[in-house]
Amino acid sequence: MLLSRTLLKRHTVLPGFDLALGFALLYISLIVLVPLSAAFLKTFTLSWSQFVDATTTPRVLASYRLTFGASFLAALLNALFGLIVAWVLVRYTFPFKRVVDALVDLPFALPTAVAGIALTAIWAENGSLGRWLPFKVSFTPLGVWVALVFIGLPFVVRTVQPVLEDVNRELEEAAATLGASRAQTFVKVILPIVAPALLTGFALAFARALGEYGSVIFIAGNMPMVSEITPLLIITKLEQYDYAGATAIAVVMLVTSFALLLLINSLQTWARKRQGGV
Amino acid sequence: MTTLAVPAATAPDIGVAPRAIRAATAEPPWVRRVLIGAALLFLTLFLFVPLVTVFHEAFKKGWDVYLSAILDPDARSAIALTLLAAAISVPANLFFGVSAAWAIAKFDFRGKNLLLTLIDLPFSVSPVIAGLIYVLVFGLQGWFGSWFIDNDLKIIFAVPGIVLATIFVTFPFVARELIPLMQAQGQEQEEAARVLGASGWQMFWRVTLPNVKWALLYGVILCNARAMGEFGAVSVVSGHIRGQTNTMPLHIEIVYNEYQFAAAFAVASLLALLALVTLGLKYVVEQRVKGQKRAVGDRSE
Repeated sequence: MLLSRTLLKRHTVLPGFDLALGFALLYISLIVLVPLSAAFLKTFTLSWSQFVDATTTPRVLASYRLTFGASFLAALLNALFGLIVAWVLVRYTFPFKRVVDALVDLPFALPTAVAGIALTAIWAENGSLGRWLPFKVSFTPLGVWVALVFIGLPFVVRTVQPVLEDVNRELEEAAATLGASRAQTFVKVILPIVAPALLTGFALAFARALGEYGSVIFIAGNMPMVSEITPLLIITKLEQYDYAGATAIAVVMLVTSFALLLLINSLQTWARKRQGGV
Repeated sequence: MTTLAVPAATAPDIGVAPRAIRAATAEPPWVRRVLIGAALLFLTLFLFVPLVTVFHEAFKKGWDVYLSAILDPDARSAIALTLLAAAISVPANLFFGVSAAWAIAKFDFRGKNLLLTLIDLPFSVSPVIAGLIYVLVFGLQGWFGSWFIDNDLKIIFAVPGIVLATIFVTFPFVARELIPLMQAQGQEQEEAARVLGASGWQMFWRVTLPNVKWALLYGVILCNARAMGEFGAVSVVSGHIRGQTNTMPLHIEIVYNEYQFAAAFAVASLLALLALVTLGLKYVVEQRVKGQKRAVGDRSE
């Protein structure tokens, strides 16, 4: 009763608001909020200089460089090819198109450990693809990038695809009658329409890649300073019972993710406004 | 067929070859081919080859190795634990998803956007950190660790911790599927049911639930796939005790690190099969939901 009296904006005949919201809030608090706040409270046991020391050792800095760099480059490749894949799925017909469309979501459904061992086998020196390359992929930072491309693959496709489907073809016809070439139409008419979705997809793929663990640890080789990602470093610290150190790095990652989440939310709001306006 | 042949035959008479006629809003055939080729090459390298590799590696040493890898006692206990964790976490998140969606979609209240953001939160938290926070709360050095030890309850490095971590990472799926659909459907049908004298539960079972059943199923499928495949979060809280606290993905890791590649891929192929079934069901359900959304759109116009 208390919830409905204080929170509801207007009267309704529908029942169950108190029960539903009460249960949802209790559940969210127990499962998400209390444990997450534990991470922040644990870091308060460290002084500021201890916190800075724990999160800026050369080994930790090397892991940030790898994690952020590989995630960025993987999201970049996914943005380019995700746009092409979305375009091809929306505009063209080719054999087995529906199967291909359905399989794009595979990285969402395939457990990360399974993806990890499969990618390692493929790109190993004697693997089905790795043997054709003059350089090593598995057990190098390049392998980390390959795994992050895999797990981020669906994001750009799935954010751009619906927007492309909704593009008003009359705009393209108008551009054509005004003398624009097909390339000009794409750059000046279509790209601005899909840009917010493309950026959102990029940010989602980047955010997902930052926290990824399962698919990366098999292929990375996990050498400190070279191919060790930040989530793995958190686990290493935990195994050494350095709980405060692990949590300090986790808090750096959490704050980064929350900042990205805010960015993604505002990108999506921008995209909705943009779509509504066209 | 014969009528179709007529324009093709007459086309040369007006001096334009049929294949030269291209709409101004279509790309030249070569551009089309290059783009389709690039897309398929990319997907082949990064999607299809990994998928095929799982099954190829699993069966490389024949059926006997495959079967013995799956029927191995440690593998069987890992499968059982994975099923148990999913059997607890999926219904729990289903219950939460329906409650949250009911409150968010059918009522106008203060703080709604904040609640929506909170529901999305687990998507942006690294699975490793999801595991870590439960260790901080329930672990030996954690807030409630000593209380649980005194009462002989093990959470971390035991099954309850695995279930909790799984619930955390799969927590948004059902709610995320239900909220947009229920918002689009509005409140009118439920209000009508109430005015006609239905009780709250009658309204829920006969109006609300049938309206969202496909989206609900879709959310449950996604939630289940993720629950059975979760690796990072479960890895942190499990303790990797063979035959006791290993789930399927953790079992794969251990066997793989012992260089028993065929056995690792055999168990992995079961999870890959689950992923394919999930994608198949997802496709079927998506078609239904699309149909339903179209129906909602027609009604509101």
